[in-house]
Amino acid sequence: MRKVAIYGKGGIGKSTTTQNTVAGLVEMGRKVMVVGCDPKADSTRLLLGGLAQKSVLDTLREEGEDVELDDIRKEGYGGTLCVESGGPEPGVGCAGRGIITSINMLESLGAYEESVGLDYAFYDVLGDVVCGGFAMPIRDGKAEEIYIVCSGEMMAMYAANNISKGIVKFAQSGNVRLGGLICNSRNVDNEKEMIEEFAKKLGTQMIYFVPRHNDVQRAEINRKTVIEWKPDAEQADEYRGLAKAIDGNKMFVVPTPLAIEELEKLLMDYGLMN
Amino acid sequence: MLLRHTPKEISERSALTINPAKTCQPIGAMYAALGIHGCLPHSHGSQGCCAYHRSTLTRHYKEPISAATSSFTEGASVFGGQANMMQAISNIFAVYEPEIIAVHTTCLSETIGEDLKQIRKKAITEGKFPKGKYMISASTPSYVGSHVTGFANMVTAMTELAESTGKKNGKVNIIPGWVEPADMEEIKRLAALVGVKSILFPDTSGVLNGPLSGEYKMFPDGGTTIAELKATGDAVGTLALGEWCSADAARELDKKHKVPCKVLDMPFGLKATDRFIDALRTVAGVTVPDEIGLERGQLVDLISDMHQYLYHKKVALVGDPDQLISMTEFLVSMDMYPVHIVTGTPGKKFERRIKELTAGLPYQVNVKAKGDMFMLHQWIKNEPVDLLIGNTYCKYIARDEDIPFVRWGFPILDRQGHQYFPTVGYKGALRLLEKILTVLLDRKDRDSPEQTFELVL
Repeated sequence: MRKVAIYGKGGIGKSTTTQNTVAGLVEMGRKVMVVGCDPKADSTRLLLGGLAQKSVLDTLREEGEDVELDDIRKEGYGGTLCVESGGPEPGVGCAGRGIITSINMLESLGAYEESVGLDYAFYDVLGDVVCGGFAMPIRDGKAEEIYIVCSGEMMAMYAANNISKGIVKFAQSGNVRLGGLICNSRNVDNEKEMIEEFAKKLGTQMIYFVPRHNDVQRAEINRKTVIEWKPDAEQADEYRGLAKAIDGNKMFVVPTPLAIEELEKLLMDYGLMN
Repeated sequence: MLLRHTPKEISERSALTINPAKTCQPIGAMYAALGIHGCLPHSHGSQGCCAYHRSTLTRHYKEPISAATSSFTEGASVFGGQANMMQAISNIFAVYEPEIIAVHTTCLSETIGEDLKQIRKKAITEGKFPKGKYMISASTPSYVGSHVTGFANMVTAMTELAESTGKKNGKVNIIPGWVEPADMEEIKRLAALVGVKSILFPDTSGVLNGPLSGEYKMFPDGGTTIAELKATGDAVGTLALGEWCSADAARELDKKHKVPCKVLDMPFGLKATDRFIDALRTVAGVTVPDEIGLERGQLVDLISDMHQYLYHKKVALVGDPDQLISMTEFLVSMDMYPVHIVTGTPGKKFERRIKELTAGLPYQVNVKAKGDMFMLHQWIKNEPVDLLIGNTYCKYIARDEDIPFVRWGFPILDRQGHQYFPTVGYKGALRLLEKILTVLLDRKDRDSPEQTFELVL
């Protein structure tokens, strides 16, 4: 089983990209589990057709210690297994601890056992790696490949660079590696070239360039992935392409994060090219 | 009447524990760690936690407990405790020279997501460990489980050291669970009597019941050695005593090194000891030696001699799941009535097991996992008992309700002997029975009117 974690700046489209890609993998016949590690619990909405999921932590709070796997794992589009960690309301408690608790619980309940027959487990992680809890999915023995979703905007690249620093720390002592950058386009000038160059400087690759298309938005309104909502849409093929690229990916590296000046220079060089 | 405010009427409580029947995970982790020879327990958290855990163990075992701490400050809480832990590793091996350090987390370090395995790898890569020195680690947040969970987690961590060479060594691993140092000694004695070559881990005998010799040894002579812990991977089998304390470690050895395991109840009382001896006998392929048969016979003799004083006596129990299961069985086997049973450790299967053991009795037992002593006290007020068995904290209930009280379990802070005299095995059961009879008969003598005050009982 390949364990994949998706990181990236908040609002960049991690959950959307993850679910659409997972739909592509499902079409290829892969068995996938998606673990949402975001207190908002919206990482599996498109696969489940709505926020029907009861999160691990809600279940834990209400049912106490006797949680069964079926209470927290729901089957979504194409037989994907969907889990939401959930977490506290904004401004209270500790969301990071929530992720630790819920991943530990999934392990002890046997969600990753060979008998489940998973090809992939995807962790969709909130925003930046802000504290120890959000690094839980990349601790030793957990996710071994990471993809960072970014765009050509400064803050998204800045976040990607920061996340790479986190990966370096865990890569020193474990098997976690960076699999590549997924560029979720924002129609920034020279975006593709810039992210390709950025990826090269990080020692990795831009594994796929997902162009911007309103079909993504339309599918979301229908609570579906693009592939499910409109299988013949151009954008559906883009996600199929991304799924294929991830499925065939062989390039896993320990990234080399950039100094901030270097990052700024990259933006200047590409942003002012025209 | 220190507990005079405890009302008889029981009202529903969902979010309040009063007088808990459990304590912190790290206390268990620390106790387990002390059962490794030459081991320095290390608390990865703030200093206060470490101080409390050490002092609780000292108060119970009456021995100095050495443990190091990562001494988290505001800074470590924000930036993570890796730097403190790295410094600690250097200091510990330079100053105290243990063979191994056993690190456990605290609520704080656990909540901020400290990853001890990653820190260990980094320390190894940076050459902080002198040759032949080790570190094991366990995750022990106190907001999960209880001291029993912490003990079990550290015992499971010990299996990290196990190695399999591919050649079996003919030994049997025995995981005793959280019992007294004297109990560990007794378990070793019984295994040796049956002719089983055993590796007992952890083993606090000779560590926490040591002699006063005038010479201070930071690392006493007792404890399971690292060589023995390594050899557990080559053992022919594992006997794990206690589902809560020992089963996880045994299953880990089974999973990683294909060492088959059998989980038994802790050998308290007649039947549980019978099963333990039977398991030993089966492993060794021998008949039970006469010496053990004699001990069993003595126990059965005392039970039958004194049966009239035990018959249908109601008992309230508080303690840890593995101990309580065996104790309940023991009391039932002597025709006593355990009516109220509480543990602070969670686990629904505890309640199920107790109900099974008391199924044949003519009353419905009151049993609660994740319960507290306030609940127990209320139950006692509603249905009084003849005997209370539990740790020192029960003395308040015993005094207020004027109940004969036997101290048994953890912690015992106000009486002695528990470190030196076992309560496991047939001899241990004899001692338990002696204690029970003593308090029951003392009460009888105290309360008998002059005309029935008997010389011979």
